[in-house]
Amino acid sequence: MTLPDLTTTTASSFWNDTGRTGITAWIFSTDHKRIGLLYFYTVFFFFLIAVVLGVLLRIELMAPGRTIMGPQTYNAVFTVHGVLMIFLFIIPGFPGAFGNLIMPLQIGARDVAFPRLNLFSWWLLIFGAGIIITSLFTGGGPPDTGWTFYVPFSERTGTNVSLAVFGVFTVGFSSILTGLNFVTTIHRLRAEGMTWGRLPLFVWSIYATAWVQILATPILGITLALIIAERFLGTGLFDPARGGDPIMYQHLFWIYSHPAVYIMILPGMGIISEIIPVFSRKPIFGYKMIAFSSLAIAGAGSLVWGHHMYTSGMSDTAILVFSFLTFVVAIPSAVKVFNWVSTLYRGSISLDAPMLFSLSFIILFSIGGLSGLILGAAATDIHVHDTMFVVGHFHYVIFGGAVFAFFGAMHYWLPKFYGRRYAEKPAIVAWALMFVGFNITYFTMMVLGMKGMPRRYYDYLPEFAPLNLVSTIGSWILVSGLALLLVNLFRGLFKGESIGRNPWGAATLEWTVPTPPPTENFEEEPVVTHGPYDFKGAGIP
Amino acid sequence: MNGPLHKDDAGAKLGMWLFLFTELLLFSGLFLLYGAYLNRYPHEFGAAGREMHLGFGTLNTVILITSSLLAAMAVTAIQRDERRKAIGLLGGTILCSAVFLFNKYLEWRAEIGNGIFPGSPRLVVGPPGESVFYSLYYLTVGLHGLHVLIGGTFLTLVAVRVQRGTIHAGNYVLLENSALYWHLVDLIWIFIFPLYYLIL
Repeated sequence: MTLPDLTTTTASSFWNDTGRTGITAWIFSTDHKRIGLLYFYTVFFFFLIAVVLGVLLRIELMAPGRTIMGPQTYNAVFTVHGVLMIFLFIIPGFPGAFGNLIMPLQIGARDVAFPRLNLFSWWLLIFGAGIIITSLFTGGGPPDTGWTFYVPFSERTGTNVSLAVFGVFTVGFSSILTGLNFVTTIHRLRAEGMTWGRLPLFVWSIYATAWVQILATPILGITLALIIAERFLGTGLFDPARGGDPIMYQHLFWIYSHPAVYIMILPGMGIISEIIPVFSRKPIFGYKMIAFSSLAIAGAGSLVWGHHMYTSGMSDTAILVFSFLTFVVAIPSAVKVFNWVSTLYRGSISLDAPMLFSLSFIILFSIGGLSGLILGAAATDIHVHDTMFVVGHFHYVIFGGAVFAFFGAMHYWLPKFYGRRYAEKPAIVAWALMFVGFNITYFTMMVLGMKGMPRRYYDYLPEFAPLNLVSTIGSWILVSGLALLLVNLFRGLFKGESIGRNPWGAATLEWTVPTPPPTENFEEEPVVTHGPYDFKGAGIP
Repeated sequence: MNGPLHKDDAGAKLGMWLFLFTELLLFSGLFLLYGAYLNRYPHEFGAAGREMHLGFGTLNTVILITSSLLAAMAVTAIQRDERRKAIGLLGGTILCSAVFLFNKYLEWRAEIGNGIFPGSPRLVVGPPGESVFYSLYYLTVGLHGLHVLIGGTFLTLVAVRVQRGTIHAGNYVLLENSALYWHLVDLIWIFIFPLYYLIL
């Protein structure tokens, strides 16, 4: 096979594909890199909208009583904040954006196993997102049920729940197709020499995530379909007056939605398992255990859904079993944390932006994880159930964990696809602002929860006012950091300093191809002879 | 590495199997509800189950198993490059799917005529377990019927491709995958039939 030398020129990068021109060259492209960027900008658009909604929520809660919106609007805003963040940002975000951009490169493949299905998944996401957005402005107005769509309220409310639920159903189908595409890709398209023991840990995490997407999402599909059936056909399966049981809805919902939090966090763990060795100049500590713990989290995490329902009226036996299993999930999570810390030990650490996001991931995820154990133990959970403590815990895990890893990945990998990089100093300032703002916002929420402030309440007692003000001010620091981060990153990607093939000195395959990568990815089919963190084997000092 | 990306029949089948798992799990939500509610309302489920039309159920079971056999034979026929035979067998499968749906229509018409449908006056005043049973029955069988419709449509498209010659002895993974999907539709019915018609 002979291909032209692509080392210096960007003329044949995936940006300058021949054939179609204009927007159709993107929205009908089957190239995993283009689809990855489509996903990235799609989910990021929804992330920014949901951030604005989140800030509005915090402003409303700044003082007791009405501040900027009425109670019905408040209910709609927290519902839409949750639906957008979860179903349109963080669940499709990691596999869709970074899974697509990076995974095929890391295993030495030219593309994913089913490129057209990959494009179809993105279109389904767009279609579902369109339905969700339509539901906000038509019918009875935006749903006000919270992102969990709990019955019986979701069956009775006059807001546009059916349409929103159908949108989420469609997005779920997109997620299933991405999952089965990635599992097939990782099984079938690894380059020669890319054994399972040499898979980068990000690929391992995407693999575990893809299995969760395949196995858990169909349950969400049927559950959401049942809500629609309940509303239109009056099937009464969750209606006590007709012999149904609302608890059954909660079970079905959490059978999906608890594993779904591992769709959100596992790829984040994979990302920082890539970043930490590179910026410590040391092979990762405990490769096998990190890879195995991803699968263990995916497996055990599928059996713990009941810990959302301790106060719903389950039997004590069920509570005991779910509580025990919840503690079991903490073990593989902790294994990862210890391995990351051991990788840092005596490493030659450089504190660039991706590394700072990774290190703060470890801290924030640990706080989130340990506060999760407070919720996992039935006795303490009953005290803090449905309080702001849960909101704080969840944001520590998903925002402090997953989204910080997402930002780390943006700084670490996006320059590879643009050929230009961000400026380091503003990125570090942005990170610092976000880290400080984050802790002020969400740690305060945990304290408020311990003091007894319920979540999702529009109004609160005067004694909670000072801490709520603190939390709101924290959210302003957080978004100012976010704004700086985005300006600096995107300015850098379009106007910053050019970079070579391997600016960070990493040993995984995506850095062996030209920057930006050509459409075909590899100049010739790679043969892998060393592990993903074997810097010596890769010939990197 | 120009032209078509790659041809990987084993990969295509792996993807199909994964998709079939997701279909099983989609139905598993309804089976889970069936199990939980059967445990709560054993007598009402029993009473309602005895009212089901066993004749329609049995006939449809025979039709679906036959159609699955025909689909499997179509795959063998295409492997031997017997295109006409394959098209005939596929036609038989598609005909079976249509007859199945027609039977289903007759059965539902009879039941709805008896005042049995979600939210019907008879079920609203009747024992709560019965209403749950029939709601689950309509949802499960309805979802299955939708799958029969999708499967039949797919097989029709595949038959057209066999006719055009794009599916042949050297390239028949699409036919194989459609047949796999059809077997899944059959398999799910094999569970629905005893749960709703036989064991109660």
